Amino acid sequence: MRYIPLTSDEKSAMLAAAGVAAVDDLFAAIPADTRFKGNLNLPAPMAEQPLLAHLKDLARQNRPATSSPTFLGAGAYNHFIPSAVDQLISRSEFYTSYTPYQPEISQGTLQAIYEWQSYVCALFNMEVANASMYDGASALAEAALMACRTARKGEIVISNCVHPRWRQVARSYTENRGIVLKESADHVAGRSEAASLEQLITGDTAAVVVQSPNFFGNVEDLRAIGELCRAKNVLFIVAVAEAASLGFLAPPGDFGADIVVGEGQSLGIPMSFGGPYVGMFATREKHLRQMPGRLCGRTVDKDGRPGFVLTLSAREQHIRREKATSNICSNQALCALTAAIYLTLMGRQGFAAMAKNCFYAAAELRHRMRPVHGHPFFNEMVVELNRPAAEVNRRLAEQGIIGGYDVSRDYPDMTNKMLLAVTELTTKRDMDRLIEAVGA
Amino acid sequence: MAQQPGARGLVFNEPLIFEHGRKGRAGCDVPKSEFPEIDPATIAPSSMLRGPVEGLAEVSEPEAVRHFTRLSQWNYGVDSNFYPLGSCTMKYNPKVNEAAARLEGFAGLHPLQDFSTAQGALRVMYDLEKMLCEVVGMDAASLQPAAGAQGEFAGLLLIRAYHTEKGNPRKKVIIPDSGHGTNPATATLCDYAAITLPSGPDGLIDLALLEKEMDDDTAALMLTNPNTLGMFEKNIKKVCGIVHAKGGLVYGDGANLNAVMGKARFGDMGIDVCHMNLHKTFSTPHGGGGPGSGPVLAKKFLEPYMPVPRVTRRDGVYSLDFNRPKSIGALNAFWGNFGVYLRAYAYLLTMGGAGLKEASETAVLNANYILAKLRGVYHVPYNGTCMHECVLSDKFQQEHHVSTLDIAKGLIDRGFHPPTIYFPLIVKGAMMIEPTETESMETMDAFIAAMKEIAEVAKTDPESLAAAPVAVKVKRLDETQAARQPDLRYRR
Repeated sequence: MRYIPLTSDEKSAMLAAAGVAAVDDLFAAIPADTRFKGNLNLPAPMAEQPLLAHLKDLARQNRPATSSPTFLGAGAYNHFIPSAVDQLISRSEFYTSYTPYQPEISQGTLQAIYEWQSYVCALFNMEVANASMYDGASALAEAALMACRTARKGEIVISNCVHPRWRQVARSYTENRGIVLKESADHVAGRSEAASLEQLITGDTAAVVVQSPNFFGNVEDLRAIGELCRAKNVLFIVAVAEAASLGFLAPPGDFGADIVVGEGQSLGIPMSFGGPYVGMFATREKHLRQMPGRLCGRTVDKDGRPGFVLTLSAREQHIRREKATSNICSNQALCALTAAIYLTLMGRQGFAAMAKNCFYAAAELRHRMRPVHGHPFFNEMVVELNRPAAEVNRRLAEQGIIGGYDVSRDYPDMTNKMLLAVTELTTKRDMDRLIEAVGA
Repeated sequence: MAQQPGARGLVFNEPLIFEHGRKGRAGCDVPKSEFPEIDPATIAPSSMLRGPVEGLAEVSEPEAVRHFTRLSQWNYGVDSNFYPLGSCTMKYNPKVNEAAARLEGFAGLHPLQDFSTAQGALRVMYDLEKMLCEVVGMDAASLQPAAGAQGEFAGLLLIRAYHTEKGNPRKKVIIPDSGHGTNPATATLCDYAAITLPSGPDGLIDLALLEKEMDDDTAALMLTNPNTLGMFEKNIKKVCGIVHAKGGLVYGDGANLNAVMGKARFGDMGIDVCHMNLHKTFSTPHGGGGPGSGPVLAKKFLEPYMPVPRVTRRDGVYSLDFNRPKSIGALNAFWGNFGVYLRAYAYLLTMGGAGLKEASETAVLNANYILAKLRGVYHVPYNGTCMHECVLSDKFQQEHHVSTLDIAKGLIDRGFHPPTIYFPLIVKGAMMIEPTETESMETMDAFIAAMKEIAEVAKTDPESLAAAPVAVKVKRLDETQAARQPDLRYRR
């Protein structure tokens, strides 16, 4: 076993030191009737050479969206990743370290988290952000719990233009706490209407949740919904599933959002069949102590030199146990680092330029297809087809093109419609091929 | 001071990224779009749009690379040296695992692609589920939970769904005080009252107390086995019997699975549902705090409640099944941390059944070796052999006013990452040491020597330990100031 260094001589010496005759004696605490006596029915150990051949063979049975023309979005996006990103996160001091429990020898991870928190605040225009959550969907679920905790109320109003799977996750997290999730029927208009959300608000409503751009790619009127929330005295939660849009659209913080959550996959993280991704989470300073997840703070050492520590852990599971703000005991540190490196490389101008390129491609697509809605957009849109989306996708697949998302899977009344996404990696040739294949 | 790897080195100064660069610099050249440049104002009012994002860095690529390279040099990783963090299980992270996760056929896959274009990925998930079930003796697994804590959450939701279907979700969950800190928080998250069960004098569950506490309102017992004292709950079958007799279920926290692979299985002990931490037991890197992956595994009768989607195989074709009416629902936007599965899958294939058993045997031998060598030098609160981790305390050093924290910081100056400290909570001044199977005897001997040297210094020069660490970039940090005056982001 190449990962186990002990020789048999060493084992004998160590057994003698431990005062036992055989390794099995160390397992004497496991009673005979509890002992597993057989051999685990697993494949025989593989050397690295055949293992890699096997893995490559499996990889070849997939058709990656990165090397085929692709128009799939719906919460995961194919953006360009600068080469320096993987080089830097592959430094083993980053990826082979654990949670920074010993700050003096973890300043690299801690400073990177602090920079990530600063970046999330800048992207969202919010006051405080945490060290990250599992992904955007679970971040939204935690935001709903936090809103109910803060407001001491038991209902959440959520637009049904929010990503269907994100709503499902929010339901898994809230339902057995007795929290009621009330969904609007705004998908008909393709955009949340303040009036339809208002109808669902009661005296027990803690927060209103919208996503912008929403699941259909439409930019929400955050100003109107923010005003509604303030008038009704409920918290305003905004979700961002496509972080690249933050380089193009005004940030949720501009419209009075109380909690903003997002999925950071677009910021330099590969699609990897759905994970690991990184959940972004930010709020106002006044809600700081109700915020779930880890936090990194800047402080000084005993010589007065600046340094970083994990802080405000009194909210966390290892101290407050059953009273903790969440059961989370890790974050997505390496993914947050990845996103921080990506944002550093793209920079103030580059991030906006990348986002504009997404928009230009989307504007062209919109011009050439039959869009269903007429709302402001960023890089994703629902288009009308003359047959079911699944059928169109099959035809596209035959030509090596990965088509769009069939929205009738989640909205049964939306037949013959497809959600198409483009990014700065979409080429003119890809788009020509799509239009030709769909039109034919 | 003995020469230890990592005790001395170049220490660069490195300001925040926001203090680097000049206006107008960029680390990435964005190409001109092939498409016509349309004025965004034609699609949305200007209040909805944004210019360049204020607060992002303006640095060149070399500046960015140097910044993060320098930050990396301030970090201790398991590739640097020994990382004996008990209950966190830091074993070597094999490099072939990284190669696996970076293959374009995996890294470039969109989660919503048609299943016909993702057969290789789905097969990895299907086979990994089967292999993990075999290791713990369970019937069904879901890889979806993104971390151990989310695995616990999923597991308790399965239990809740099961009781609810039988007519009563029940009200409380019993948790031994030797369990992990996440357990009570998870119980609360699932709307259960968390009841703490004090351990007996032998560090194990007190059967009489459990019998007294267990009633028709108890949904489950959540236990860690081996527990956080590093001891195997030898009465586990009786424990399960007591809980089952009152209609409750037993949840096994799999964080300490590295001790028992091929030696004992949760399913065979009578445990109904458990999670495992892929990053702990199956050697996937933890990246400074995540990502992890915390699959949930259960007996057949709980399978209908498993998170959606389920991976299925029919006529050799793999697919995802979303149509599961009894499911507890979804936990993540997609199918969990697939990139982590790949690393665990590669590790499992490398080791095979025999290798996993050897890993556990070696991990337990290593822990007992350290325990034997440090017994008498440090106080051992519970006697006997240990499993894969051993617990010491600072009782002898307290006589010289040297605490666990001082010992930990003294280890840093000697080039070692300290063990987990002040945990488990039931041992005052605890130090929990977990060497894992990937450490050589030389490394452990060097660590033991450093621990012995610290014990000597505690008697002769306790002040030097109070000042430690000194051989690092920053000395002890003011955590009180960090909490009282939170500074959580850069402000210009």
